[in-house]
Amino acid sequence: MKTLKFASLAMVGMVGLIVGPAFAQSAKPSQAEIVMKASFKERGQAKLDRLDQDETQRLCSQYPEKRPADVAKKIEAMNLKSIKYPADGKMLGDWKEGEKIAQSGVGKQFSDNPANPNGANCYACHQLSKAEISFGNIGPSLYNFGKLRGFTEATQKYAYGKIYNANAYLACSNMPRFGHNGILTEQQMKHVTALLMDPESPVNK
Amino acid sequence: MQNFKWVKFVSAMAVATIAGVLPVSTSFAQSGDATIREIEKYRQALGDGNPAELWEARGEDIWKQKRGPNKVSLEQCDIGMGPGKVKGAYAVLPKYFSDTDKVEDLESRLVTCMVILQGYKYDDARKNPFGSPERKSDIEALVAYATAASRGMKMNVATNHPKEKEAFEIGKKIFFHRGGPHDFGCATCHGADNQRIRLQDLPNLTKKEPAQRAYTSWPAYRVSQGEVRSFQWRLFDCFRQQRFPELDFTSQGSIALTAYLAKNANGGVLSAPSIKR
Repeated sequence: MKTLKFASLAMVGMVGLIVGPAFAQSAKPSQAEIVMKASFKERGQAKLDRLDQDETQRLCSQYPEKRPADVAKKIEAMNLKSIKYPADGKMLGDWKEGEKIAQSGVGKQFSDNPANPNGANCYACHQLSKAEISFGNIGPSLYNFGKLRGFTEATQKYAYGKIYNANAYLACSNMPRFGHNGILTEQQMKHVTALLMDPESPVNK
Repeated sequence: MQNFKWVKFVSAMAVATIAGVLPVSTSFAQSGDATIREIEKYRQALGDGNPAELWEARGEDIWKQKRGPNKVSLEQCDIGMGPGKVKGAYAVLPKYFSDTDKVEDLESRLVTCMVILQGYKYDDARKNPFGSPERKSDIEALVAYATAASRGMKMNVATNHPKEKEAFEIGKKIFFHRGGPHDFGCATCHGADNQRIRLQDLPNLTKKEPAQRAYTSWPAYRVSQGEVRSFQWRLFDCFRQQRFPELDFTSQGSIALTAYLAKNANGGVLSAPSIKR
């Protein structure tokens, strides 16, 4: 028991050592960051602060392919804390609305009107329903997502959390953190969760 | 006017060809290879009549005209192979130029010549980088002319000068820099093999062969826009989709990123200006 405790403490110390310098460096911007700041100009809703990185973005840029296991763990723990589940405890909205959100790639570009609702553009990277054959492959196929995993409350919660902040489950995922970064509203995330988890959704047909 | 008609005809042909491809794609999930073959056929069909030739011709006119406050042509402009030498220059860009003490790409070098030789004000020289049917861009025409002169040549970008090395390294950092509301970086879409957004193939720009194929096909005539688009435009529009702020035309960062991507494409044979959907 004592040995275990000691090992854990040593691990924490090592995480500090490994991750520490990365954060220390970030205090002083690198030359690339200085060049970047001077090479973009704000336009519409896209201000220059979009070039600034949070800890997750900084670490994922530093280790674009593989990262030490403890760095990955730290990223996942940090992001897991950010997930806010719906106050009413209901994870599922209307899958038909979810399908519209999954089809729409609108939102957050400097050419987009910020007054319009954002899309999630799920089909850009994932297969979802069988009917939509124009889908990308950066993410895994989500066809039969609920059917394969079971229509349980636990899976609903997992799906909602994954949409809210994919980095909580997979460090440096390519998937945007839709809830954490305010791309989708709570209601929109419920709709998309329903697209994945409603037995009536075409995803599960 | 006749030229305009030709563009219209080519666009109509392109639409017809796309329409021909679409029914095939309904079976995509089952037979991806067949679809990719059909898309490749479509691309070859497009290549037969590339309206970029109109931009190349207009660019040559602009290159040779006496223009600007100094009323001189660009014929003494050094875009990489020495004054007045156009052929082969695009294959060595971006590169270090001692007169400006900077690494420059084709677009920034054209701006430099318009300022130094022709006497334009800096902001005037770069005020219309991306044209529209109503407002054609001189830069895009000059880019088409200059790149066409290097068609068939091999990319050969150097990193001998410290500033070239520095540009490459900064460009690499920018390529992997994730940011913005979507956490996207260039590498999100262009850092792995065989990725697609919807049905659009995404070249892995960190790997030699796909990097060569992608880089050497820019600039390109975009059928969907009816314009020749430069590599600066390609980066500008990628960053828009990345949800970043606007990439400033010919900025140091844009040239650095180009230096990284161009160097990765070394050995690739230039086919630009090409034609894309």
